[in-house]
Amino acid sequence: MHRLFLLASLAAAAIIPGMSQTPAGDAANGKRLFLRDGCYECHGYAGQGGRDGARIAAIALNPQGLIRYVRAPGGAMPAYTDKVITDRELTDIHAYLQTLPKAKPAKDIPLLNALEKK
Amino acid sequence: MAKSKKISVDRRGFLKGAAAGAAALVAKPEAAKAQEAAEVHRPATPAPLPGAKQTASETAPPPPRLDVWTTDRPGSDFMVDVVKTLGFEYVAANPGSAFRGIHESIINYGGNKAPELLTCCHEESSIAMAHGYAKIEGKPMLVMAHGTVGLQHASMAIYNAYADRVPIYLLLGNIQDVAWRRSDVEWAHSVQDAASMVRDYTKWDDAPVSLGHFAESAVRAYKIAMTPPMEPVVIVADAVMQEEPIPTADRGRLTIPKLTLASPPAGDYGAVKQAAKMLVDAENPVIIAGRVARTPEGVDLMIQLAETLQAPVLDRHFRMNFPTAHPLYNAGSVGSADVVLGLEVPDMWFVTHTQTPVNRMGMEAKRITRTDAKVITIFAGDLSGKSNYQDFGRYDEVDLAIAADAQATLPLLIEECRKLITTDRKSALKQRGAKLAEVSKRNRERDIEQAAWAWDASPISTARMAAELWNQIKTEDWSLVSDVTFVSWWPRRLWDFDKHYQFIGGHGAYGIGYGAPAAVGAALANKKHGRISVNIQCDGDLNYAPGVLWTAAHHRIPMLNIMHNNRAYHQELMYVEDMAARARRGVDRAGIGTAISDPNIDYAMMAKAYGMFSEGPIDNPNDLGPAIQRALEVVKKGEPAMIDVVTQPR
Repeated sequence: MHRLFLLASLAAAAIIPGMSQTPAGDAANGKRLFLRDGCYECHGYAGQGGRDGARIAAIALNPQGLIRYVRAPGGAMPAYTDKVITDRELTDIHAYLQTLPKAKPAKDIPLLNALEKK
Repeated sequence: MAKSKKISVDRRGFLKGAAAGAAALVAKPEAAKAQEAAEVHRPATPAPLPGAKQTASETAPPPPRLDVWTTDRPGSDFMVDVVKTLGFEYVAANPGSAFRGIHESIINYGGNKAPELLTCCHEESSIAMAHGYAKIEGKPMLVMAHGTVGLQHASMAIYNAYADRVPIYLLLGNIQDVAWRRSDVEWAHSVQDAASMVRDYTKWDDAPVSLGHFAESAVRAYKIAMTPPMEPVVIVADAVMQEEPIPTADRGRLTIPKLTLASPPAGDYGAVKQAAKMLVDAENPVIIAGRVARTPEGVDLMIQLAETLQAPVLDRHFRMNFPTAHPLYNAGSVGSADVVLGLEVPDMWFVTHTQTPVNRMGMEAKRITRTDAKVITIFAGDLSGKSNYQDFGRYDEVDLAIAADAQATLPLLIEECRKLITTDRKSALKQRGAKLAEVSKRNRERDIEQAAWAWDASPISTARMAAELWNQIKTEDWSLVSDVTFVSWWPRRLWDFDKHYQFIGGHGAYGIGYGAPAAVGAALANKKHGRISVNIQCDGDLNYAPGVLWTAAHHRIPMLNIMHNNRAYHQELMYVEDMAARARRGVDRAGIGTAISDPNIDYAMMAKAYGMFSEGPIDNPNDLGPAIQRALEVVKKGEPAMIDVVTQPR
């Protein structure tokens, strides 16, 4: 029951400067795939992360890095092969993740700022 | 056993005196009157007309002398006398024929006070209510159930309580004597050995054959249930013994044994001294808190131990063990520790190991502790054990295992540590504590920053939900009466927990259906203290036995229910997704059989149907705070309320 789908090493896994030649993804299709293929299940509808998955909104990986990670995740995330999700589709998902808003600083959110001042 | 008293109608001997007087004191709640009225006006289903023979028997004048069966002292009255000596405040039950005798005695002879009967809609709810109640009140609630079908309903909840080391006191009705079973129904509802079905996950049971035997076993059962490791117990109350008169020969000599609770087992002195030395000598000790604090004193002792050693406390969230704002809370790691102290940790192996990720072949385990690390456990679970159900977890190799109740052992452990700490050592520990306080502070800041993500999202993030709740209750005397596992532990990450009653942990055996009734039971225990009980209620869990909402409304149990409505059996959704990815097919189909949508369930409407104030569904995060505020006003008036919140998955 308590298996965690942590992607703790995701952010550091593959920011690969030399591999940024991938064509730009289709964010609208990426959103559709993000929901259809269950990415939200562990990472949240807003990619915010949670108990079972790392935050992937505004992801730091480039598309190739994301593809590489999804094919052979370093954490407890199941591996998704190209049979169930293609490189092109992952590129689209990557484009969608880039559109997800970053968090405001907690100090700009009154309820969280009150916690910080505690 | 004495025979029933047969007397004539002209000298009927119905109950009089104290029992009847007590019955007169029981006021009928307005809700019950309304329900009766509704039943009177309900469109009638055509019923078969009575036959001529039945009509004649019901309208003809009775013969001058007719033997009828009454009794002025049923055995169940004595059973109630016994129950009253054990100090139960409440008895939870879904009514059942096998305990109709004791049911009647509780409400009439016993005056429906101490214990007061709680009307439950499912036996699973009865047990789980007792489960939640015990974790707040520190003692069992009485539960009554049918020895067959009722116990079958109750069994999963009993297993939860067993795994959670919580005392439940279950009284089962059963008709042992074949000659007394009135119909095929009562044959189907009778059993040779009622408790056998749950014997694998109860601590003790008995089926007394006389009232004297009942008294002795009832008191013994209470003592056993309350001795750590605390677990459920079962007493079978034979229906004939309940309904037949107290045997004449017994009337002057029946006694109820005195209850003396056993002191909880503390650790062996030599072993505790050894543990103290290891801890004081350690450079990076870490304390893992499982089900340590049974009482408020347990929290105080945990603070004393942590501060004496200046050691971090990693909480497994099974109980309220340690204040979440304490500078030593959540400030260390098992991997860097040279001594790991596990206190009532049922899953110590998982604390000290990781397993192969699901995306790798095989199932390999890897120890994550340092090679030179020493592991100490103090665990009451080492004092008992059963083999069939596997909640005991994997065997862990440790260096010092103390079979004892941790809370009872802490005073000695603290004292021994203090004896060993020199002035120089104290100075070093102080420096360690200062570093750990920085780590704890950073961890908390990190949590707050993470909470900001998806702040304005719809569905509403569980972090936002927790923050909105905290904003409304932080100045109240509050108690969180639900688990935090399925909301990414956000309340434990953002709220300041410092009182024992503010957190009760989770299911025990992760049997879903626990959440709603356990919250109602815990809220009932909080009621007399005037606390605001808060239940973050998972949608899948509520659908097992939602009738408990009616129980909360009927018994005027104040509690704020916040639906965590993610519209799925989400854990299972993720598992099926995992399996599909592994099988390289259909990752878009994991929602089949796991989603709770199409149609979406309207929980606000459900709550209203059960007589509870409600609002929702709320999916705009900006609407949530005001809705919680309105619901809180209802709760403060002594009623339950629900806000249906459409939420992110976790």
